Amino acid sequence: MNKPGKDVEKRERIVNRIARELRDGFYVNLGIGMPTLIANHVPPGMEVIFQSENGMLGIGIYPVDGQEDCDLINAGKETVSETAGTSYFSSADSFAMIRGGHIDLSVLGAMEVDEEGNLANWMIPGKMVKGMGGAMDLVAGARRVVVAMEHTTREGVPKILKKCTLPLTGVKVVDTIVTEMAYIRVTERGLVLEEAAPGLTAEDVQRATQARLVVSERLKVMEG
Amino acid sequence: MNKVVASADEAIRDVGDGSVIMMGGFGLCGIPENLIRALAKKGSKNLTTISNNAGVDGLGVGLLLSAGQIRRHIGTYVGENKLLESMVLAGKVQLDLVPQGTFSERIRAAGAGIPAFFTPTGVGTMVAEGKETREFDGRTYVMERALPADFAFVKAWKGDRMGNLVYRKTARNFNPLMATAAKVTIAEVEQLVEVGGLDGDSIHTPSVYVKRIFQGELYERRIEKRTVRKVSC
Repeated sequence: MNKPGKDVEKRERIVNRIARELRDGFYVNLGIGMPTLIANHVPPGMEVIFQSENGMLGIGIYPVDGQEDCDLINAGKETVSETAGTSYFSSADSFAMIRGGHIDLSVLGAMEVDEEGNLANWMIPGKMVKGMGGAMDLVAGARRVVVAMEHTTREGVPKILKKCTLPLTGVKVVDTIVTEMAYIRVTERGLVLEEAAPGLTAEDVQRATQARLVVSERLKVMEG
Repeated sequence: MNKVVASADEAIRDVGDGSVIMMGGFGLCGIPENLIRALAKKGSKNLTTISNNAGVDGLGVGLLLSAGQIRRHIGTYVGENKLLESMVLAGKVQLDLVPQGTFSERIRAAGAGIPAFFTPTGVGTMVAEGKETREFDGRTYVMERALPADFAFVKAWKGDRMGNLVYRKTARNFNPLMATAAKVTIAEVEQLVEVGGLDGDSIHTPSVYVKRIFQGELYERRIEKRTVRKVSC
């Protein structure tokens, strides 16, 4: 089922859809992994500033081979470059920025999300000890939190649940969930399915989702 | 005023067993590599290390870990360190994971004379368990305590003999906060200059925080994840 080509396709769809949430003048923090790719899909003519929690505003593209600098990395520890107007600051300033509500959009991955907008993405008790890094502060402080993830695990087990089972990263923090199958908003009346990927019905998405989905009256086809 | 010491070995002469030591750096970027190497050589035991990550095998905090010098580590993300993960799961090292913003602010608070503060981060999660919470303007916050240390090992790009420091790009990270939060702050720099050689408007860590300073003997400047593009756009 999960061929590498398929995975790339899934990611592209998720990344493209989230890129359409960007607005001119936004300050955005992208999580490690798939969310990082969104930086390559900023619509033409739009200015978006990317923040990296290790202390940088204005992350540029990967440097040209030979110009990489060990003092210039993103939060994923990858070498990056500056843009015009880049600024550097300490970790305390960086999180003041995040906690203080100055970041318009935070995009991050998840192991589980539930219908209350709870998010789990930092540990599996007894199995995996990695740490939360900046995720807990980002979900608590960013104006809008978008989860970018595959709809199910590799084994096909739903990741969008009635209630998260893993230790939480944040309580009632997620605004939107974007997967290769759907665009879902977390609302007072539950998870609202607003868009389904081309070729999928609301029932198809529901079958891959443990939480109950409220189908929007204006259900649309998800554009990549 | 002259706070210069001859070497990393001399700088850490009084770091004893059981010390609580902060170390700057994000991943391998901006870590005090000379001080860490000297500490591994000295062999101090039962240490508590406070550092965002735990280095990698053979470099940074990873050096102290593989030598069995660390009893407890306080940090935010240790995903790159398989050794630590296995030591923690085996119960050999105590690991305290703290959200990165809370970690930064606890260190900043320790240096700024603030014993505790309230933050929205982690409310309703494991990290808030057993801690006081309070509501302000309809939102719940958790109380977090300041995080001080016996020693802070920081790494700067340039420093003068008085202890003023300037960091470079994202190698700044936790270094300026840690410089304020320990009883003894030791700075290693790539370039040591005379007093007056740095622009006062551009100093990131003012000299009052720094007790000892020296020019690092060796900077490996290892890159953890080298990501490049082929052609110039």
